[in-house]
Amino acid sequence: MTDMTVTNARSGGLSKIALRWILYILLGIFALYYLMPLFVMLTTSLKSLDEIRTGSLVALPRDVTFDAWRTAWSGACTGIQCEGLQPYFWNSVLIAVPAVMISTLLGAMNGYVVAQWRFKGANIIFSLMLFGCFIPFQVVLLPMATTLGKLGLAGTIPGLIFVHVVYGLGFTTLFFRNYYVTIPQELVKAAKVDGAGFFRIFWSIFLPLSLPIIVVTVIWQFTQIWNDFLFGVSFSQAGTQPITVALNNIVNSTTGVKEYNVDMAAAIIAALPTLLVYVVAGKYFIRGLTAGSVKG
Amino acid sequence: MKKFTFAAASAVAIVASGAAFAEPQAEVLHWWTSGGEAKSVAVLQEEFAANGGTWTDMPVAGGGGDAAMTALRARVLSGNAPTAVQLKGPAIQEWYEEGVLADISAVAEAENWANLLPASIAAHMQCEGSWCAAPVNVHRVDWIWANADILEANGIEMPTTWDEFNAAAEKLQAAGITPLAHGGQAWQDATVFETVVLGVGGPEFFHKALVELDQDALTSDTMVAVFDQMRTMRGYVDDNFSGRDWNLATAMVMNGEAAFQIMGDWAKGEFMAAGKVPGEDFLCASTPGDGYLYNVDSFAMFDVDGDDKVAGQALLAELIMGPNFQEVFNLNKGSIPARTDVDLAAFDVCAHTSAEDMSGTSERGSLLPSYAHGMALRGAQSGAITDVVTAHFNSDMSSADAVQMLADAVANSM
Amino acid sequence: MSEWLERHVPKVVLAPSFVAILFFVYGFIAWTAWVSLTRSRLMPKYDIEGFIQYERLFAAPRWDTAMNNLFIFGTLFIVISMILGLLLAILLDQKIRTEGVIRTIYLYPMALSMIVTGTAWKWILNPGLGIEAMVRGWGYEDFKFDWLVNSDLAIYTVVIAGVWQSSGFVMALFLAGLRSVDGEIIKAAQVDGIPTWRIYSAIIIPSMAPIFLSAFIVLSHLAIKSFDLVIALTGGGPGYATDLPATYMYAMAFSRGDIGQAASSAMIMMAVVFAIVVPYLYSELRAAKND
Repeated sequence: MTDMTVTNARSGGLSKIALRWILYILLGIFALYYLMPLFVMLTTSLKSLDEIRTGSLVALPRDVTFDAWRTAWSGACTGIQCEGLQPYFWNSVLIAVPAVMISTLLGAMNGYVVAQWRFKGANIIFSLMLFGCFIPFQVVLLPMATTLGKLGLAGTIPGLIFVHVVYGLGFTTLFFRNYYVTIPQELVKAAKVDGAGFFRIFWSIFLPLSLPIIVVTVIWQFTQIWNDFLFGVSFSQAGTQPITVALNNIVNSTTGVKEYNVDMAAAIIAALPTLLVYVVAGKYFIRGLTAGSVKG
Repeated sequence: MKKFTFAAASAVAIVASGAAFAEPQAEVLHWWTSGGEAKSVAVLQEEFAANGGTWTDMPVAGGGGDAAMTALRARVLSGNAPTAVQLKGPAIQEWYEEGVLADISAVAEAENWANLLPASIAAHMQCEGSWCAAPVNVHRVDWIWANADILEANGIEMPTTWDEFNAAAEKLQAAGITPLAHGGQAWQDATVFETVVLGVGGPEFFHKALVELDQDALTSDTMVAVFDQMRTMRGYVDDNFSGRDWNLATAMVMNGEAAFQIMGDWAKGEFMAAGKVPGEDFLCASTPGDGYLYNVDSFAMFDVDGDDKVAGQALLAELIMGPNFQEVFNLNKGSIPARTDVDLAAFDVCAHTSAEDMSGTSERGSLLPSYAHGMALRGAQSGAITDVVTAHFNSDMSSADAVQMLADAVANSM
Repeated sequence: MSEWLERHVPKVVLAPSFVAILFFVYGFIAWTAWVSLTRSRLMPKYDIEGFIQYERLFAAPRWDTAMNNLFIFGTLFIVISMILGLLLAILLDQKIRTEGVIRTIYLYPMALSMIVTGTAWKWILNPGLGIEAMVRGWGYEDFKFDWLVNSDLAIYTVVIAGVWQSSGFVMALFLAGLRSVDGEIIKAAQVDGIPTWRIYSAIIIPSMAPIFLSAFIVLSHLAIKSFDLVIALTGGGPGYATDLPATYMYAMAFSRGDIGQAASSAMIMMAVVFAIVVPYLYSELRAAKND
């Protein structure tokens, strides 16, 4: 956007400065609203269990201790094994990374076809795929379990990757389609005249232009897949359970003694990769959305 | 070179043992994941390993087993059932009817389970005459826990009737103490409800209403009186009870913020963990009225392929009912052993009360399954009842309306 | 042959995804429709018994509550997230020096699952532990914020946590939209002396219509699928006052062993989705034709 505010600042006097202050205070208040749960989680994770039992839940810790973090990572019981989140963390990586890559690549190809190689019925196909974004996952659990069993993928990491790819396709296709639709069709036409084929055009023209939307898609997919619990708990078996299942095992046990500090530390550890992605790639996220001009 | 010989030797050993007998294998789906519980299950795993078995752990916590049941359905539908699953109550028979459970009668008969278990608990472990599950423990649900100091300071005895409870509660309220620590989650509401049904209606009424689902019992005046008592007790709960975890309610009793809590004996573990002594710091007694509501955890064996897994099931069943595991596990968990011949010397006062009452009520016919913890009814029916109980407790619905709703909901759940 | 391939390659590329969606979405919806006509309990059965499950569903007071809640929650969640997202985007668009930090703060909740933040929210909203206790501790003894434990108001706490999680994402969408508005038009308006708020309300916001639509679709998808949010925050309580269709369906299918009932509730949910998405798709298709 243009330098609207600069003009304003020049033309304004005291009232403009006051407005500026109000603006910052407003932004600050909202920042508090967004930070509150993270604050509670962080402070609780740094307290001892005694302090949590006796003190206020929203107070700062009196004695900071990192024991809970150590326990959550490598000592908390998630069943009879007390190895913390560590082993499950790698399962999640093994599931999320390929699933994100495959679904993003397929989404890019699909979006490219739907946006640039329109054929009769392409729009209907796209609509049908889009509708797939909306299916509540609880609905598909049981038939999916049967299908995975038939495919011989039950309880395996490839099975989980497969499920995430299938139900991620709707969104990834949508993202890429909306991005590619803004690229003028003349580009493809010109390339065709030059003798470039379908894949050539995709690899050498579209893909290099796609970085912003790839970032958006990867962030979206990674968040969805990393945070998934329902598929993770249903389609895994011993040894392939993702981190959310382990986290749930630590946090949601019903009839044992609750260690809230470990719960909170575990929760933050489980969320670190996605947090990191948002912090590091957040800037590109907005840029990606801007570049695609987020056409609806 | 040395390495090579070692590798070769062990390879030979493996081949040899493989030829001799199938090594017991078990993948165990359970939801005991918190520290104390996990340690208790680990005892079983160690025994299993000591007998040459390989234990694969498949823990899924959450919602009192809801998440584990979700995983179980998916596993069974995909033809990849776990070897053993923590299952309880009529759910065992429900799964049996789906034709997916294995028969462990051979072990049960060899070990003489029929004579080691109280009859009503043994019945839960059997499917059409054959044994299909192994019991781990007996939790008593109808406990009332109290802060000893508060009761003493206010001159209150442990109540033996609901009227006494109400009188004590009024007195405490007047003294500015929250009488009842409670967490407003549906299952906790249901837990209180069933103890009231038992206390107000008696064991026979409990059986008619919550086991047989007799429409006359459900719509009777007694049931109206039960809901009246629930409404009264709603007044004894503090304002912030909604959604509170049960252990936070226990902490209220511990810290002297509240006098009583009605909760199963897993609450004892929470007191113990905080270093409190039963009989001194806190008191345990059965809730008013005659009877004993049990909640028995057990493992059911699923139909699986492979001699190693079948061998694993037999070994597991044998170990679960073994006196050593029954003692160690239940010392950790706050419950009492399911088999009646275990020496209770190491157990605390509350556990002794529980064991005595279990044999007493078993003779009198008032040893009853807990509805709130899935021992009495199938999921659809118990869920329908819980919906009404929790809706009544958390609103200003009249008792008459609640009774009508209860009857409708039960009919609609069939 | 190669010419045929050349012409059909786009279809060939799209085909596997399309077939997958056809089977794993539409096939499974058909499967659910079938099961909703049976008396399936613990496991799915395939003997059709008619519309008994729908009759049971409509006779259940809890389902009424769930649908009402979906309406209240969905409306408020979408409207508030949109307004807040737009407001934050406009505020952030005023050349804020610390924009990067603030934006990350607003955006990070999207990165966390509710399994993670549910407990924290539960404490914050609990009158005895969280905000109410804190404000009272400051000396305002009459301060009251007990929505979480009030059957009539608890659903609004679900809205608070839901908005917390998703409004940052909506902000990002709008911020991107603001950044891509043509600068020349705005400059021209400024030269004409049109006040800032008029520039926003008359020029910038109307030009972002497609973004409102995108945001609406993303938010309604989240609203209908909201599940973790309720489970972690209220567990559906007090009573079943905060039950949503997704939690109802899950309870029926997996904790109650009443799969037929769950399938019928799923079909009603699908009908709601259909009612929302089809107009959107229709407008999409028309727009595409006009291109």
